[in-house]
Amino acid sequence: MVLAGVGVVLLAILVFLAFDGPQKFFTLFAAGIALGAVYALVCLGFVVIYRATGIVNFAQVGMVVFGAFVTYNAVYTWGWNFWLSMLFSAAVLAVIGIGFERFALRRMTGKPIFSIILLTIGLYLLLQSLIGAIWTNAKDTIPNPWIGKTVSLGSVNILQVDVVTMVLGAAVLASFFALFRYTKVGLGMRATAIDQEAALAQGISVPGIVALSWAIAGAVAVIAGTMLGSGATPKVGLGLGISAVALQALPAMVIGGLDSPIGAVIGGLVIGVAYEMAVGYQTQYIPSLGTSGFADVLPYLLMVLVLLIRPSGLFGTRDVQRV
Amino acid sequence: MASTLAPPPAADATDPPNRSVLEARARREIRLFPTPSYWVGAAVLLALYLVLPLVLSDLWANVLVLAGITAIGGLGLNLLTGYAGQASLGTAAFVGIGAFTASYLGRATDVNNGLGQPFVVYLIAAILVGAAVGFLVGLPALRLRGSYLVIVTLGFLFVTTYVLTQWKTVSNGNLGAPMPVGVQIGSIDFTSFDVFGMRDTPLGRNQGLFYLVWIFVAITALLVKNIVRSRPGRALQAVRDRDVAAEIVGVSLFRYKVGAFVVSSAIGAMAGVFYGLYIQYLTPNQQSIGLTLSVQFLAVIIVGGIGTVYGTVVGAVIIGGLPTIINEFSNHIPYLTASTVSAFQGIVFALLLVVTLLLEPWGFAGAVRRFKTRKLRRTMVPGSAGSTGATTG
Repeated sequence: MVLAGVGVVLLAILVFLAFDGPQKFFTLFAAGIALGAVYALVCLGFVVIYRATGIVNFAQVGMVVFGAFVTYNAVYTWGWNFWLSMLFSAAVLAVIGIGFERFALRRMTGKPIFSIILLTIGLYLLLQSLIGAIWTNAKDTIPNPWIGKTVSLGSVNILQVDVVTMVLGAAVLASFFALFRYTKVGLGMRATAIDQEAALAQGISVPGIVALSWAIAGAVAVIAGTMLGSGATPKVGLGLGISAVALQALPAMVIGGLDSPIGAVIGGLVIGVAYEMAVGYQTQYIPSLGTSGFADVLPYLLMVLVLLIRPSGLFGTRDVQRV
Repeated sequence: MASTLAPPPAADATDPPNRSVLEARARREIRLFPTPSYWVGAAVLLALYLVLPLVLSDLWANVLVLAGITAIGGLGLNLLTGYAGQASLGTAAFVGIGAFTASYLGRATDVNNGLGQPFVVYLIAAILVGAAVGFLVGLPALRLRGSYLVIVTLGFLFVTTYVLTQWKTVSNGNLGAPMPVGVQIGSIDFTSFDVFGMRDTPLGRNQGLFYLVWIFVAITALLVKNIVRSRPGRALQAVRDRDVAAEIVGVSLFRYKVGAFVVSSAIGAMAGVFYGLYIQYLTPNQQSIGLTLSVQFLAVIIVGGIGTVYGTVVGAVIIGGLPTIINEFSNHIPYLTASTVSAFQGIVFALLLVVTLLLEPWGFAGAVRRFKTRKLRRTMVPGSAGSTGATTG
């Protein structure tokens, strides 16, 4: 009930803003959906790992940034085609992800969750430091066909790169859900998330499923990172600012529920739109909150709000305490 | 385990003496100085404390000051994470809160509207503010566990840097604010330290801060050690190992979970005061008080040994000293140019954290414990080797 109330209030705010100035609103809304697609992709990476292993994988943040730089390397240094570069980068990051699982995370089975999370933070910092060592003079964006171009829908202007992000995000998410829902591998993933031992007993290769989860996480990280590095909203460009954006997918994940793929998408979209609205309207309507920076903490404030009402997120499995 | 195969001892005659032996050992276990060698160790540390600033160069005194500050924050975090089992990424937030409280209260009245208060006042104020904020952060921790708590404390960190940036009276906004210049307790000025006029020229700022910081390391270590070796410490560990069960046997979760946050945050804010004095000028952003700084404190307790007091201090010296050591020897490391030194420092730091977690999860203290156990086993008769090693915790 409380949740529905909060939802109605938020929707009412959106409707008010839409009537107040449609052009500005829909420009921001489109940017928000594009950002939401990025969040949803990063979030999906978090969620598949969480389902397979029960940990929040901070290395995902590092994989997003690293993926962006690998794509950049292929496009700029080697002069490859943009899409080919992205595919190559996805393959590289899938291998890195599987390597992380095989040589680091698997050895931590049975250790305290805190230690495992800290290990993933270590891997995140490792990837981020490697970027500083490998790409010392990187340009500030990945060369791409859509730089500076916009699409006009009536009076609403949308960045072309944002449109690509939305389409790509939708396609990738749709194919993930098809895999998840209709294939044997997807069934294996769902079974593994529910009970690893029972899944093993049914002949599902749990190590295979875990490896696949890491590969998927690596691949979606690359798509999110590459689009951010190509100048998609919020226009951080190619740099460590990408990791700040990727970190904001964490509250999106909590809002959706840690173990829910559909929650990842919805949480991502909510956070994406909320972020853009805050960027566009906060200084105008609530100037007392300062000239900048509020949008960056809004995802966390929304997360705390949702946690107060529903401790396991909107779509997450409820946690049962056992002695 | 050979001992488990042996027939059970007769219960009648042997029981009372065995019990008294056990009790005596348990009491020795929790003593501050269980064996005479600990007194020797303490004396050596005291001698080092007195002599080091007199012989160290500015650079290395500076490194040890940073190590001491890291040790203070690490001790607080170890109480929270190592003993109470509450994983937190919020340490840097408390460091920031402590530093800016000190800055606002301590900087001169003509510098960004400071209040010009002396060291003792802003130190105590920072500790109190840290404790109060820690109480507020501790409340949600009652309902959140594991991954959720990590993410929420990360959110708290981001919100703190945002609030500090916006609160221009205190932080001077994005520009940041200078820290108090003088550090005086009574008539002792730690920025040009010269007790009893024994030296021709007073010691430098770094050396004076060394004396100041490490006395607080000792106080904090003693405080944390006394908490963990007594009743509250056992309650905290019960909460860590199984909080629902702990509550059933009568441990108040509210009191100990929130209490751990309060004490740990107060210590974190205290570390923040010294951190501010150390770097002298602080900007409230993610680069200076952000995720990386929080992880640094976590790395301290992991590398040193989670759930040990002396390990934290060792870990702090390693983590605090590492960047400078790399910097000093960067000429001798091939392929390292001036532009990649900081990236290399990051790589070494991350690898140290990852490798420790993978190979020696109990850190330095764990390695020491294993070494001792092995030595003990070698000197004992083969038959009873297995049963004694694991008892010392």
